[in-house]
Amino acid sequence: MKRSFMMALAAGLLMSTAASAQTLKIGLNDDPDVLDPHRARTFTGRIVFASLCDKLVDITPDLKFTPELATEWAWSGDGKTLTFKLRPGVTFHDGEKMDAAAVKANLDRARTLPDSLRKSELNSVESVEVVDDLTVAVKLARPDGTLLSQLSDRAGMMLSPKAFAAADFAQKPVCSGPFKFVERVQNDRIVLERFKEHWNAKAYNFDRVVFTPIPDTTVRLANLKAGNLDLLERLAPSDVPSVKSDSKLIFAPISGIGYQGLTINTNNGDRAKTPLGQDKRIRQALQLSIDMDVVNEVVGQGIFPPATQPFPLASPYHDPKYDKRKRDVAKAKALLKEAGVEKVKFELTFGNNTTTQQIAEMIQAMAAEAGFEISLRPTEFAAMQKEATAGNFDVNVIGWSGRVDPDGNIHAFVTCKGALNDGRYCNPEIDRILNEARSITDEGKRKALYDTAQAVLLDELPIIYTYYQPWPFALSKKLDGFKPYPDGLIRLKGVKFAS
Amino acid sequence: MTLAVTDEIALPKKRNRVLAKFMKNRAAVFGAGIVLFFVLVAIVAPLVAPFDPIKPSFSTIRKAPSLLYWFGTDELGRDVFSRMLLGTRASLSAGVISVGIAIILGVPFGLVAGYFGGWLDASISRATEALLSIPFLILAIALAAFLGPSLTNAMIAIGLSAMPIFIRLTRGQVLSVKAEDYVEGARAIGLPDFWIMLRYVLPNALPPILVQATLTIASAIIAEASLSFLGLGQQPPNPSWGSMLNTAKNFMSQAPWMSIFPGSAIFLVVLGFNLFGDGLRDALDPREN
Amino acid sequence: MLRYIARRLLIAIPTILLVSVLVFALQKLLPGDPVLTMAGEERDPEVLAFLREKYRLDDPLIVQYFAWFGQVLQGNLGISLRTDIPVLKLILTKLPVTIELAIFAMIVALAIGIPAGIISAVKKGTSIDYVANVTALSGLSIPNFWLGILLIMLVSVRWQLLPASGFVPPAEDLWMNIKTMLMPAIVLGTGLAASLMRHTRSAMLGVLRSDYIRTARAKGLLAPAVILKHALRNALMPIITLSTLLFGELLAGAVLTEQIFTIPGFGKLVVDAVFNRDYAVVQGVVLCTAVGFIFMNLLADILYVLVNPRLRHAR
Repeated sequence: MKRSFMMALAAGLLMSTAASAQTLKIGLNDDPDVLDPHRARTFTGRIVFASLCDKLVDITPDLKFTPELATEWAWSGDGKTLTFKLRPGVTFHDGEKMDAAAVKANLDRARTLPDSLRKSELNSVESVEVVDDLTVAVKLARPDGTLLSQLSDRAGMMLSPKAFAAADFAQKPVCSGPFKFVERVQNDRIVLERFKEHWNAKAYNFDRVVFTPIPDTTVRLANLKAGNLDLLERLAPSDVPSVKSDSKLIFAPISGIGYQGLTINTNNGDRAKTPLGQDKRIRQALQLSIDMDVVNEVVGQGIFPPATQPFPLASPYHDPKYDKRKRDVAKAKALLKEAGVEKVKFELTFGNNTTTQQIAEMIQAMAAEAGFEISLRPTEFAAMQKEATAGNFDVNVIGWSGRVDPDGNIHAFVTCKGALNDGRYCNPEIDRILNEARSITDEGKRKALYDTAQAVLLDELPIIYTYYQPWPFALSKKLDGFKPYPDGLIRLKGVKFAS
Repeated sequence: MTLAVTDEIALPKKRNRVLAKFMKNRAAVFGAGIVLFFVLVAIVAPLVAPFDPIKPSFSTIRKAPSLLYWFGTDELGRDVFSRMLLGTRASLSAGVISVGIAIILGVPFGLVAGYFGGWLDASISRATEALLSIPFLILAIALAAFLGPSLTNAMIAIGLSAMPIFIRLTRGQVLSVKAEDYVEGARAIGLPDFWIMLRYVLPNALPPILVQATLTIASAIIAEASLSFLGLGQQPPNPSWGSMLNTAKNFMSQAPWMSIFPGSAIFLVVLGFNLFGDGLRDALDPREN
Repeated sequence: MLRYIARRLLIAIPTILLVSVLVFALQKLLPGDPVLTMAGEERDPEVLAFLREKYRLDDPLIVQYFAWFGQVLQGNLGISLRTDIPVLKLILTKLPVTIELAIFAMIVALAIGIPAGIISAVKKGTSIDYVANVTALSGLSIPNFWLGILLIMLVSVRWQLLPASGFVPPAEDLWMNIKTMLMPAIVLGTGLAASLMRHTRSAMLGVLRSDYIRTARAKGLLAPAVILKHALRNALMPIITLSTLLFGELLAGAVLTEQIFTIPGFGKLVVDAVFNRDYAVVQGVVLCTAVGFIFMNLLADILYVLVNPRLRHAR
């Protein structure tokens, strides 16, 4: 009698631990910065926000917009008003109501907070009007085809207006996402717990989510293998075979919406005044001398699809015409000869990590066969940024995490005053086309404009695209229902531990 | 390493006896042998490297050690053995030159501070303590970042960061030597300070400095590796053992040979310097007859 | 003695001031623009100007320094540029972690260094001496991060005995805490064992060579065990002094170890802060490390003077 009681007790204990052990542990590539969507800049921060903060709209894996806090939306005829219908009965983590007034307060904050990093993203917004409790109209100064995609990210995240009035909001962020903030220990962990009053709480299966930043890819994978993590982002490509062959792990890669490339200094200060910066034929020769298929094979283990343009393979704006680029050393040499040079020297700067360095060394070796003498310069990211802006570089290796709207992958990089145009490439015709393309919403018309721009850009080559940024995830077999998204964020809807 | 615990060492009278004592110490001779071996390797490296250590070879990516590739190949198909031969130069010179810089700058400061005392000593000592209390690696990172990335600058940065150790050590030695009869005597007969420092004080302060130098060469070699990792040391595609190790770290499970050999090389050469230094110390210690 | 301590404390003040100036100057030498780092991809000139203004980055260096130092004197170390978390709070959460790591590492170092030192002194010149010597030196000669990665690969991945990285507060789970600390402590401690072994050996040899012991030995008056006991007692004080000093170094030396094992301590905090150009954190942490280091040195010196009373007046 006594014994069976003990056994029942033990069984009960076991079951209760099993039930309470619904903690998902995610390994991140680095520690996020401020936990305030309007002031944050890091990619890993976006991963945390994906569980913490709901936004007006979300995207689907095939890059379509889907309702989140807004149930429907409509453009006015002149393309200058975007009206959202909001989901009724949504509350923030602190119990405040998520209504039209809250949306207005948020968009106004993102536009006007002095240190908001969302200002450029919401640049076209002139005012936000509360139509009724659940209807918001966003008035624009000019038509803006990119706005919806901005609102599907940090700029469209809704924070509790009562909470963001506090100076230390970033230390205890209050949003309306499926998980609410519990604690953060810098460099160690960010803990979220289930928000029971979430409008879609049933779709989420974890009581707790713990994000642990582990910058070293080897150690991150070691933790997954040892069972201390359930899921990790950005697996090192060199570890792909080891994950694939592990019976307890799942490899879940997805080609992203971002790209890697080489920015060439064509017009930024004295260092642009080189043959490479001034003569497009030399840039074309450089592109022809590099075999990205080999890079994909040697460094990428097959997950670095070669890129020829800023738009990802999955994007409707991708132009397949350029996909068949092949290495051609003879043609590269001919181009150099035509340009009247035999040897071209330049410095290739890159942020130091093993993968990038490997690719830089490969580019150096391959381009040497065509007559390029490349010196390599690995540098810290923080130092690189300033030098790039100041024009103190020949060629920079750059990576862009990518945006859903095509504009986000091209406009800031090649327009004359583009914020991220480090090479200062400037062509008024390109500016005109790209400005027009961002001001309309019709996909067909936009595609035609982007095709025109690409015909020029891929001939002049201010940026040589190298490969599409993949988002390789690795996860435990225990995990069910995980679906990678091309934006690299982790969405936990429907993800659960297999019983 | 600290003034409190370093042994007091009297003037070594006979060089030959020191050598004889050193040669009797098998561990020390072994250490000296290792160091000598790597110095030789550094000198003849380009002559004996079986393959091009720089040029990638995409058909031989991460091949395990074999008769052809003794230490295997790396992530870009290059022969690890050939790269290590070349890397010996970078790593050894990073260790030796940076410590040389530290000694050349540090010892005079320590001599002056210990010998003259007073405000000179006070200000040098405060500055030394201030420098010592900033973590070595942080200091080196900041200096190397400031100077710009290259192997030479990394050496300078490491040398400057290691300098305070030598100031402090020298000062401590000078303090204990200063009170000895022969220094007092030299002062009494009015020999110039400079001469006394050079002739009587320095030689007696030198043995522990040499011992410290061996220890510091060890940490300097490792510091170079850390700086290489941050893009502040050896520039690719040229190898140093440290930079090889840092690349290899990502391939620990797939290609362990990439890290085992450079790691062992660092271990061996550092061990060599340590054994050598310890033997030197014992040989120079007059009490151990 | 009290006067001596007071004097030493007074001397420490200019040193700490010097450190604060040094750190301030050093980070201004670092390439890069903290505002660009903070702003990420946002390049709105108004935002950049605001950030510059907010962190007073356009003020003359001297003004920036005194503004910062004035705040420090009031106990305000500022907030992290990266996460908004007050620097003091960061330090208070990270410091115990690193101290625990340092204590564990010290235990490892003592456990290897002292026996090895005693053995090699007593068995001087024999092959046992060599083995002890080489063992202790091996710990010093293995690159820290290499040993760390090797251990992770073997112990965590292959054998799955210990967690590969991270930190669990002892209050949360003591056993787990010890498990996470074990490998980092070994990696950090083995490097120090050689120092300890060297000094134990030389202190022991010094005592063994003293006239008192020599005479006693020659006359066969003392049993070897007694000699050992006596020698050890006399050698202990310098060892304790050295340990105190090494402890200060351990705090600083944890930088690399914490990086490998992703331990959220002081070292990791400061390295990350350097790379993110999080000036407030770099300044605060290095200042704090320096104060700790100077304090440990002071403690070592006091201990040393306590054992050698004749030194009290010498200074």
